[in-house]
Amino acid sequence: MLDRVLVVDDSNAIRAFVRASLEGSGRARTVVEAASGFEALRMLPRERFDAAIVDINMPDIHGLEVIKLIRASKAHQGVPVLAISSEGASKDRERALALGADAWLDKPFTPELLARSIDDVVERRARVPSSEGGP
Amino acid sequence: MSDEADRVRDEFLAESQEIVESLSRDLLLLDHGQKHGRADPDLVNSVFRGVHTLKGIAGMFGYRELSETAHVLEDLLDHLRLGRVALAQSSLDVLFEGVEVLQRLLGAIRGESHEVDLASFRRGASGLVGQSAAPAADPLAAYDLDPSMLGVLTEYEEHRLRTNAEQRVPLYRVRVRFALSSIDTDLDALKARLKPAAEILTYLPSVEGSGDDAIELEVLLASSTPLAELRVLVGDSPVEPIPMREGPSRTMPPPPLGASPTGTIAGSIAPVLSRAPVSDEGRELVPSRDAGAEAIAVRAVAKTVRVDIAKLDHLMNVIGELGIVRSAVGRVLDRLGARADLRPISSELHRIHRSFERHLEALQDGVLDVRMVPLGQTFDRLARAVRQVAREHDKEVRLVVNGGDTEIDKLIVEELIDPMLHLIRNAVGHGIESREQRARMGKDPTGIIALNAYQKGNHVVIEVEDDGAGIDPQRVLARAVERHLVDLGAARELDDQAIKQLVFLPGFSTADQVTDLSGRGVGLDVVRTNIGRLGGVIDLHSTTGIGTKFTLTLPITLAILSALVMRVGSHTFAIPLTVVQEALFLEPRSIRVVDGRELITLRGQSLPVVRLTELFRLGEPTRQRGYVVVTSLGQRRLGIVVDALEGQQDIVTKPLGPSLQNVRGFAGATDLGDQRVVLVLDAPALLDEVLSSDPRVSAGAA
Repeated sequence: MLDRVLVVDDSNAIRAFVRASLEGSGRARTVVEAASGFEALRMLPRERFDAAIVDINMPDIHGLEVIKLIRASKAHQGVPVLAISSEGASKDRERALALGADAWLDKPFTPELLARSIDDVVERRARVPSSEGGP
Repeated sequence: MSDEADRVRDEFLAESQEIVESLSRDLLLLDHGQKHGRADPDLVNSVFRGVHTLKGIAGMFGYRELSETAHVLEDLLDHLRLGRVALAQSSLDVLFEGVEVLQRLLGAIRGESHEVDLASFRRGASGLVGQSAAPAADPLAAYDLDPSMLGVLTEYEEHRLRTNAEQRVPLYRVRVRFALSSIDTDLDALKARLKPAAEILTYLPSVEGSGDDAIELEVLLASSTPLAELRVLVGDSPVEPIPMREGPSRTMPPPPLGASPTGTIAGSIAPVLSRAPVSDEGRELVPSRDAGAEAIAVRAVAKTVRVDIAKLDHLMNVIGELGIVRSAVGRVLDRLGARADLRPISSELHRIHRSFERHLEALQDGVLDVRMVPLGQTFDRLARAVRQVAREHDKEVRLVVNGGDTEIDKLIVEELIDPMLHLIRNAVGHGIESREQRARMGKDPTGIIALNAYQKGNHVVIEVEDDGAGIDPQRVLARAVERHLVDLGAARELDDQAIKQLVFLPGFSTADQVTDLSGRGVGLDVVRTNIGRLGGVIDLHSTTGIGTKFTLTLPITLAILSALVMRVGSHTFAIPLTVVQEALFLEPRSIRVVDGRELITLRGQSLPVVRLTELFRLGEPTRQRGYVVVTSLGQRRLGIVVDALEGQQDIVTKPLGPSLQNVRGFAGATDLGDQRVVLVLDAPALLDEVLSSDPRVSAGAA
């Protein structure tokens, strides 16, 4: 079980959904919510997360930039990052993966699919040494 | 777990509703901008983002129709924001229709039954998207841009960059350092300063310049403003032009979004609007963009919580119970006061009691305040209806709103939308004349509908006023006689104002031709019943050729009331003080009987009176001496004759059980705190019942 998972999304409903899915399925002890990219940036230097779920389409700084900064931070450069967004934006998807997201999950997704994706990225990260985490 | 599921679903519904409301506001702004030849790409993008989020969450929660509708809208908006479809009235029609469909689908999810016509909306949307033009060739080669920067742009940002590049608008890079703690507000301030002079294409956090408490953003600007002026606007941070590889720059504004030939993109929509002639304070209904931005800011810092209104009701009930405790302590105090030996204790208890009373009042005010919402949200929704109905009738109508910040109980607001929509449809459909008719009468071809709201004591007054043809009493009378709502003999004695009130009778329909818009089988009688259910009344004032005004008088809250407790024989009743104007001794000789109804004269005016013993057939002997409680609501007044007045008390009205739900005349029951449960009179129903059972009008009115 992951101890703390960060979810960055401007939608209250999505954050509530992710929290219920991960805490309910026992994947995470605590899901910490950030309602904007800036809120996430404020948390990153002060807190420790074991994984991050980042929405791409957000009003202040978008998810691509959050992912870039997660990879640039010392404490979190090796954490598993799952990018989430609605299907269709194929360019955004390529860019998210190029910037260091471990996987991309199209909305809508079910709680089971989210849980499986998290298992997946955590497992994939566990196989690489954290020093190779950055892009 | 199921509680958790409900909570998550509530979160979904609340957020979806918020999105649809802000879509509606943004579309009205876009519509306004389009009509004035301006289009704001940020606004189109913000609408796109809202629909995009809605599509995402609807999909997650398994609401397929909602998600698909949002998807269709998103597609269209994507074409609009990427410049492939022009922003015109026709595309706005489809967008407005889409929002209406979303609203109805949400209603259906909440369990309000709505019929939704998805097919017509989809046809309209796909028709537009089908016409879209092919995107242009890559113009970015002209600029010396850092290729790694292009890798972090979203598709939309890239499109805006290309659009500016096609016009060879100069680009600038600005590095600005922000404290992380205040970046939201600082960045907003920078955006606001730059907005008239430059378009912000993107801002990218730079990895090198960022620390734990601060972050450096690399802001990419497109601007035709001279560099010196830009530097002043930006302030301390250096502004660095991005070199062009070939040819001189053409200094011209970026292209308009859409086809409007006079549009400029750089100028924000400046809501400097002509003031409406109907009122000095009038503002045309272009919702404030700031309000939306503020709402987003508030949500971002997560300082708000959503609370189920049922929980507030529960708190209110507890406060009601505390009020009862307070009264009980007051009575003990009275008994203590009579004992000279206990004087010190009683005066100490008295002090505590007073302080308790003060805090209880503050608590009550606080909870009431939380329930209050401004009427502005409702008015936004009505503005959409006005636009739609006006377009369907091919009329020109301007909506003027006053007092959108007037606050009223959330529960009342929700019940208010349908009756208000009905009044608005009536006003546009039947009130405002056609352009030609107005021209013939020397009126401005654009009709005006005014929505005014203001607080008046414990009530909120909402007026729906049009400057149309007014209600023709002769036609109303003819229709009422034809429908047997009133007989001819009685009709002759009615004055014009009384005749106009007949439109509220069940079975009356004002339109000669029943149109799809206003004649949905719902009449003004239903509007009146719904308003009455909220403890309010509706009045009508109309002048032929000048216009019609409906006035709704509503209580501010349904939660807690000050009431007058009064006695009739062995029965005790409470009546909300909000409707009580005064109470007087009844002088038996002052009663006159006119047309089978008892009247007294109060300061020169006739006041109909009713005896509760007779109205409720209590079987108590009618006493000679007593009191008249003068009640008034809107323009109507009625005296209620009772035997004695007990005093004033705060009450929490509890609904009557299901078996008594259909009994008219009572709003519910309340506990007076001394083991007595008494009935609370439903003043609007009583006024209606007594005053509309005018012996001159036939039984159709009852």
